[in-house]
Amino acid sequence: MSRRVALALAVLAASLVSPRARAAPPTEVVIGAVYPLSGNLAKVGNDIKDAIELAAELVNDDVDLPVPLGKGKGLPNLGGARLRVVFADHQSSPEKGLSEAERLISQEKVVALMGSYNSNVTATASQAAERLKTPFLNADSTSPLLTARGFRWFFRTTPTDDEFSENFFKFLGEMKKRGKAIKNVALFYENTLFGTDVSKFEKKYAQQYGYPVVADVAYDAKSTNLNAEIQRLKASSPDVLLQASYTNDAILSTKTMKELDFRPQAILAMDAGHVSSEYVPSLGKDAEGVLSREVWALGLGAKKPIVRQVNELFRKKTQAARGQAIDMDGTSARAFVGLLVLADAINRAGSADAEKIRGALESTDLKGDALIMPWQGVKFDPKTHQNTLGGGILVQIQDGKYVVVYPFDLAAAEVRWPLPAWGK
Amino acid sequence: MNAALVAQALVSGLLIGFVFALIAAGLTLIFGVMEIVNFAHGEFLMLSMYLSYFLHASLGWDPIAALPVNAVALFALGVIVYYALIRRVLRAPMLAQVFATFGLGVFLQNAAQFLWRPDFRTLGDTWVTGRLSLAGVYFSGPQLAAAAGAVLTTGGLWWLLSRTEIGRALLATAEDRQAASLMGINPDRMFALAWGLGAACVGVAGALLSTFYYVFPQVGGVFALIAFVAVALGGFGSVVGAFAGGVLIGVVESLAGVFVAPAVKNLFVFAIYLVVVLVRPRGLVGKQ
Repeated sequence: MSRRVALALAVLAASLVSPRARAAPPTEVVIGAVYPLSGNLAKVGNDIKDAIELAAELVNDDVDLPVPLGKGKGLPNLGGARLRVVFADHQSSPEKGLSEAERLISQEKVVALMGSYNSNVTATASQAAERLKTPFLNADSTSPLLTARGFRWFFRTTPTDDEFSENFFKFLGEMKKRGKAIKNVALFYENTLFGTDVSKFEKKYAQQYGYPVVADVAYDAKSTNLNAEIQRLKASSPDVLLQASYTNDAILSTKTMKELDFRPQAILAMDAGHVSSEYVPSLGKDAEGVLSREVWALGLGAKKPIVRQVNELFRKKTQAARGQAIDMDGTSARAFVGLLVLADAINRAGSADAEKIRGALESTDLKGDALIMPWQGVKFDPKTHQNTLGGGILVQIQDGKYVVVYPFDLAAAEVRWPLPAWGK
Repeated sequence: MNAALVAQALVSGLLIGFVFALIAAGLTLIFGVMEIVNFAHGEFLMLSMYLSYFLHASLGWDPIAALPVNAVALFALGVIVYYALIRRVLRAPMLAQVFATFGLGVFLQNAAQFLWRPDFRTLGDTWVTGRLSLAGVYFSGPQLAAAAGAVLTTGGLWWLLSRTEIGRALLATAEDRQAASLMGINPDRMFALAWGLGAACVGVAGALLSTFYYVFPQVGGVFALIAFVAVALGGFGSVVGAFAGGVLIGVVESLAGVFVAPAVKNLFVFAIYLVVVLVRPRGLVGKQ
């Protein structure tokens, strides 16, 4: 076994000094990326890796796509220097994330870091970057705590759970403007960290936006039945139900709502169970009309052709790398954009100097139409370094498919409101 | 708080409570006859639910129509498990018996996960979809059918045990297996019968549950825990006790959920359980 590893290392070393590598442009900029490349999140981690590599290829090659740095080879302000990304595997372990980040900075001499998907790993890896004064760009961890730390070297492009919750209430405001009578909401959530955290934000924004919470029902996701819970919700007759559920309980609750004839005007779900691949097949037409938050959807391509173009490239890339064409999803799309944001900053910095790159990140101002996200753009808050122009989308189950319905300028179809009567 | 809400909470609690009762009845029967706790009881339920699912998905058999198939199949499974496994640990220390049934449960659960993947499956339209409305109180069709089926089956089991020759033979074996064998009763066959009947109970329960609950490899654990509490609540070995325990759990859970807070509904169930165990350790109707 160890002989085989030694052999593999020898081959790797040989390939690094091969003529092809020596013929590479004289200058290159190295970026480190710490992600879960093995273990139970290996699939997600490798999707991210392919997305980041695809983004780096678009920067390095001359491509005719309206993405930042698509045209021309490499980074123009650094004499066409190429981007190289070094990946490290944190296996979903915060300690590994920390040590790998340190290793990339001190041994691989990376000018900036990206990572790390799991919020808890991002927390430790970015601590290492903060200490070693290296810019850290996070594209995919949604825990609001990360930017609340006020780190100097940490930047986040993705919206947080907090903003996703607020998005619900912005949407309700829009629906009110369209003449829907929405006076109150009820909260219904599973009682572990996911559900209770979400409910805290929803309570905060319900108060802020002036919607009384008429019922606040936490439940155990492993319950044999949800009769009592749904009865309580029904007794409070809310206009809108905000729900956060995993898969089995999302299915059970929908069935129980039908049995007890509970039908608010709308159900706004916090993704998870309501967008799992089993929800619609299990419920058929009873799933119709449910709204859920999403970070991204392939359906955005209806209004943004660039989404489709990038997705095609991603499918080719995954086919070549892993023998299986994979569609982009919210995670890979955010990682893709993350690298472009970092490349844009390095280019504007015109240098591989850490402090200059940090300054350039702070003055980032990218427009939404150059990105494949449903965002207005990327611009970091001067204090927290949270992207202030991010936003989520809402999808609705229409005729068995998830269709983008909000924000309206990106919508592929009109919102169906209110929910249809049961069985209709 | 109005009358309709109370009625609805009671109805919902009773309907699910009857199903808990049937599952508990099967468990208590096996324990009553041979003092072995079947820790694979929940997994038997899971297998029965998968059977309903596959009969429905591949042959189009309605779970209610195919109910006898489930009962017979699970009866056979119970008998096979007895002869292949339980008989070998009959005289072994109690710990070995616990590990035998517990291990069987873990094995069945993982086999199901391997064969059928951990997906959640639900049956499409069955005979008993829809609901009835009576003075503002909703009776879910599938749950009404499940409750009726559970009451009939538990009643049938009680009748079999207390009113027939074979039932008396079972009870006699439970009382004193040596004396029973002197009376010409073959204890071995009685034990096999107990396992068959106990498993057939969850066979019926599985078919009834599959009309409204989803099927997945760990589904047994959800109901088995409640069945154990129902058995302990009612008194080990007593079918009437298990029935009372199951119904009590269903009603308490429902009322506490509606009128106190859903998050604490199981707290009340286990609080009652603790009180019964402390004050009356033999259970509500258990014998000394």
